[in-house]
Amino acid sequence: MTDVTGAPSPVSRIAAAVNALSTPAKALIGVAIVAVAFGFGSGLMLDVFFWEVFITGLLAGVMYALVALGFVLIFKASGIFNFAQGVLALFAALTLVGFQTGQIPFAHLINAIFGTKVHHFSDTGLPDVFAILATLLVMIALAWAVVHYIFQPLVNQPPIILFMATIGLAFVLEGTGDLMWGANVKVLDVGLPQGPSDTIIDATGMFLDKLELSAAVVAVVLVTVLTLFSQYTKMGRALRAVADDHQAALSVGISLQTIWWIVWSVAGIVALVAGMMWGAKSGVQFSLSLIALKALPVLMLGGFTSIPGAIVGGLIIGVGEKLFEFYIGPSIGGATENWFAYMLALLFLLFRPQGLFGEKIIERV
Amino acid sequence: MRLLTLTAALALTAGVAHADLVFPSLDYRTGPYAPNGIPFADGYADYFTLLNERDGGIGGVEARVLPCETGYNTEKGVECYEATKGEGSLIYQPLSTGITYQLIPKATADNIPVHSMGYGRTSAANGEVFPWVFNYPGTYWDAASIIVKHIIDQEGGDVSDKKIALVYHNSAYGKEPIRTLEKLSEKHGFDLQLLAVDHPGQEQKSTWLQVRRERPDYVVMWGWGVMNQVAIQEAASIRFPMDKFIGVWWSASENDTRPAGVAANGYKAITMHGVGDDFAIYDDLKTHVYDKGLSAGAGDQHGTVLYNRGMQAAMLAAEAARTAQEIHGVTEITPTMMRDGMEALKITDARLEELGLAGFMPTFSVSCDNHAAPGLGAIQQWDASNQTWSLITDFVAADREIVDPLIEEDATAYAQEVGITPGCM
Amino acid sequence: MFYREAGEFKTSYAADHATFPIGFDFWRFWVVVGIAFLVVPFLINDYWEKAILLPFLIYALAAIGLNILTGYCGQVSLGTGGFLAVGAYACYKFMTGMDIHIPIGGGEYWSLILPPLNIALCVLLGGLTTAFVGVLFGLPSLRIKGFYLAVATLAAQFFLVWLFNKWEWTYNYSATGQITAGERDLFGILITGPNTEPWATYLFCLTFLFIFGWAARNLVRGRIGRQWMAIRDMDIAAEIIGVNPMAAKLSAFAVSSFYIGMAGALYFAVWNGAAEPTESFAIDKSFDVLFMIIIGGLGSITGSLIGAAFIVLLPVVFKNLFVGVLGWPTDIAEHLQIMTVGLLIILFLIKEPHGIASLWGTMKEKLRLWPFPY
Repeated sequence: MTDVTGAPSPVSRIAAAVNALSTPAKALIGVAIVAVAFGFGSGLMLDVFFWEVFITGLLAGVMYALVALGFVLIFKASGIFNFAQGVLALFAALTLVGFQTGQIPFAHLINAIFGTKVHHFSDTGLPDVFAILATLLVMIALAWAVVHYIFQPLVNQPPIILFMATIGLAFVLEGTGDLMWGANVKVLDVGLPQGPSDTIIDATGMFLDKLELSAAVVAVVLVTVLTLFSQYTKMGRALRAVADDHQAALSVGISLQTIWWIVWSVAGIVALVAGMMWGAKSGVQFSLSLIALKALPVLMLGGFTSIPGAIVGGLIIGVGEKLFEFYIGPSIGGATENWFAYMLALLFLLFRPQGLFGEKIIERV
Repeated sequence: MRLLTLTAALALTAGVAHADLVFPSLDYRTGPYAPNGIPFADGYADYFTLLNERDGGIGGVEARVLPCETGYNTEKGVECYEATKGEGSLIYQPLSTGITYQLIPKATADNIPVHSMGYGRTSAANGEVFPWVFNYPGTYWDAASIIVKHIIDQEGGDVSDKKIALVYHNSAYGKEPIRTLEKLSEKHGFDLQLLAVDHPGQEQKSTWLQVRRERPDYVVMWGWGVMNQVAIQEAASIRFPMDKFIGVWWSASENDTRPAGVAANGYKAITMHGVGDDFAIYDDLKTHVYDKGLSAGAGDQHGTVLYNRGMQAAMLAAEAARTAQEIHGVTEITPTMMRDGMEALKITDARLEELGLAGFMPTFSVSCDNHAAPGLGAIQQWDASNQTWSLITDFVAADREIVDPLIEEDATAYAQEVGITPGCM
Repeated sequence: MFYREAGEFKTSYAADHATFPIGFDFWRFWVVVGIAFLVVPFLINDYWEKAILLPFLIYALAAIGLNILTGYCGQVSLGTGGFLAVGAYACYKFMTGMDIHIPIGGGEYWSLILPPLNIALCVLLGGLTTAFVGVLFGLPSLRIKGFYLAVATLAAQFFLVWLFNKWEWTYNYSATGQITAGERDLFGILITGPNTEPWATYLFCLTFLFIFGWAARNLVRGRIGRQWMAIRDMDIAAEIIGVNPMAAKLSAFAVSSFYIGMAGALYFAVWNGAAEPTESFAIDKSFDVLFMIIIGGLGSITGSLIGAAFIVLLPVVFKNLFVGVLGWPTDIAEHLQIMTVGLLIILFLIKEPHGIASLWGTMKEKLRLWPFPY
């Protein structure tokens, strides 16, 4: 058994020292380094904007983490890098709005074929609660179909093939979503508060968006529920068993297919939550599927296999890219957030190739 | 595979040439920008349907709209161009910056006119360098100048101590107004601040934090797609006064303002045509198109900003075709004749009245040295409670002193780069 | 049948490693090449050139490049779009006259100003520039592996696209950052610009693909190709038997980027004639090329060609079928086309996870031993 790092160098010695710490400690150190470097390095800590940028970054990070969570769930349970997660969020949000406003699915297609003029099954649509429940059912049914028709026939294929299959799935969902619900920008309103919070402005002078604050609350609840689910329920234990070792799990009588179905359903639900949060901000439209690209650096940094990793990774990326764009961006032309997030993640990876919280990669010859 | 491509070839040759006027429409009803592409394509198609149903076409010859889906993708745009140009296509509306830049040299070589209405390459306004490209009724640089004029008006004539920020999509399109605004800031003495937003623009927190730090008096936006909705939302969450937030005409549709709800109330944008469906032509459209069930698409876009713009594009194309028919004395015109028609196009109040579009847009006439006439624009404002836009200014002219030299400079550079000797045709 | 063999009768090592172990394959290959060079140029029109053949040839070149890195050396890359952009912009700079000014202190500059070069040379130099950039972004591969590396290469993708938007020197300070290819010729025949003949651009791209496809085929079965494959199969084991992982990985990045860079140069100069980073070289390009090699077959030069054909032609075929023949509304046709391509990808993966090339290989093996497979 050989470690990947090879001969000890100063870099790897630092890396080893960092590795010896517990993971949350490391993450906190990471955040602290970023903050301190920016803060004390230039005396910015006293600037009110520094703290506002910092907190805004944390909140944006939560939004990224919401998307990243879906990736992690599926990767952990099945080793599938699910490229379709962004499209899944779009599909879920589209379905939700469709039910809310009472649209008839595939109306455009039906009209084109039969020459009819159908648009809505009701003027008011379903009440929010029923719309959300109906969407959940759709996501669970979709999860079943995906597992049954795509991933069961592909059991034991190399990861890149599974990855490719999720891209095929993304194509299918993209086309279906648009065809089902139409391509216009839809307003999503599930009663989430929006706009800046006056209380916070009065108290601190910071403009924090109520939507993002509620997203943070939702994320905390979601992670807590997921953790409780995986720690304390029978199903959750089976899930973790599968994540640890497929073969061993199979041998003690856990049905791989059922577990995968549950995982994809949970990922679908997480996608719905992410889609709701992002959709409330920008309206529900095709571009929603691109939020996946915001989640990839988070995954890289946090590790593909860790739920806390997704959260901490999101926070680091959020804070890092906001601070960089705010203080350094203007001098190099701005619009740096996209690549900076990846560069930041890359920097972390050079020290920890499996991400902050990822399972240590052990290679055997 | 070879068999399949053979089918493709067969399919291509299947279209038989009729005696009609062909207007290809490079739609984008799919992809990230579909919400903007659909109303434009619907308006474009419905106007020609109206002409066919009501007047029996243009000068007695039926107009045929040839839709081709690009998804706003340049490669598909090229495929569409090559697939449709053989069918006698009279004029191309490329509908994307990228496709426009690719079609300019190609269409010029193929002798087919291109009409990039208020987008694409601004310096195409110079007809001596770009004889086949038209961008009337105005360019991005006109728009930038008119927006600044509006700001000067608002400030009572003096902006020397003001700060204007440009929030722009980080692409060729978004960078368009920068030089004009820089020149204008030299001339009028305002501070200009440039804030780029990376594609696609779903996350703009730090941009708007910079707006808060710098406290500009006005924000001008060159946004596209999801960037518009998020920008309006973010501006609302920093309580930026909406009546000091002015978008270009591609950041000016109902799609952009609706998701922000009441917070978007008062948002302004420049426009090159009238708003709403309070024009006589809508009565005709209702009788001859909508009620007969001939609406393009889902038929739910009537009267929106971009539907009107599609209709305007179709109207200008149809008028140019009519002009060409008059000039050459034939009804079945060729693309070359179409070009002559476009260059001799005159839109008068009387003609607009006849078309049922009185007051829809300013009058103008095109000439070889000005393919972007008249370069006028008005400011429209969003009323969130009624969900409508309304014009709050007249159509005003751009600052030619600033814009013309810039066009000249860029056109000359292009002429040198590709080796064109400027001159009227 | 065509394959008259009853088993393996090879007597020399060279024979065992021949590209075409069967005479018939050898002849068939040359017939195809002959048709491609001597017959097709006389038959094509603008549509075939611009919508079908050039995209196929150019994407095939890019796919060969990515296949060298991903299929042969096992390093998954999602930076292809960015590398295509480097090729395109480098080619543009060389086409319009490269000018480099490096400050050497005291306000002095070391300047290098080249005249506009020949287009073929520009394409090659575009490739070389990209090779250099590729090695730079390949450095993290020495430490990061698998999907982590794939995501890391996205850093290259986003950074390069951003760079070509912001760095005015790369687009000669034009107002918007669009680059346009002027008219350039080779031996007096126009290759770029709007007035080209379809056969000229086609033959130009075909020649590049043929020469470099040939080179790639011979590269991957030589010493360096085997090093790449050793690294792909198990890098630690490869290191133990004496393969230098740094040299192998970085050379794969260099060669792969060289191919992708040339493809980018051809994409911009010959095929599209104009380009802009945000639209032309966006992330979807990276994915498209990756689809090609997975669908076609990882670790196969033929597979790269088949994959490119599949991804380039399928949408065109479906579009013409749905809209042209069946007359459906364009948007419904487009949605159905996306769905169909997606379903086909899934179907192919389920039926033949190793790509279409492997399907072809299996068929050939069966034919060779037919009718007595044992």
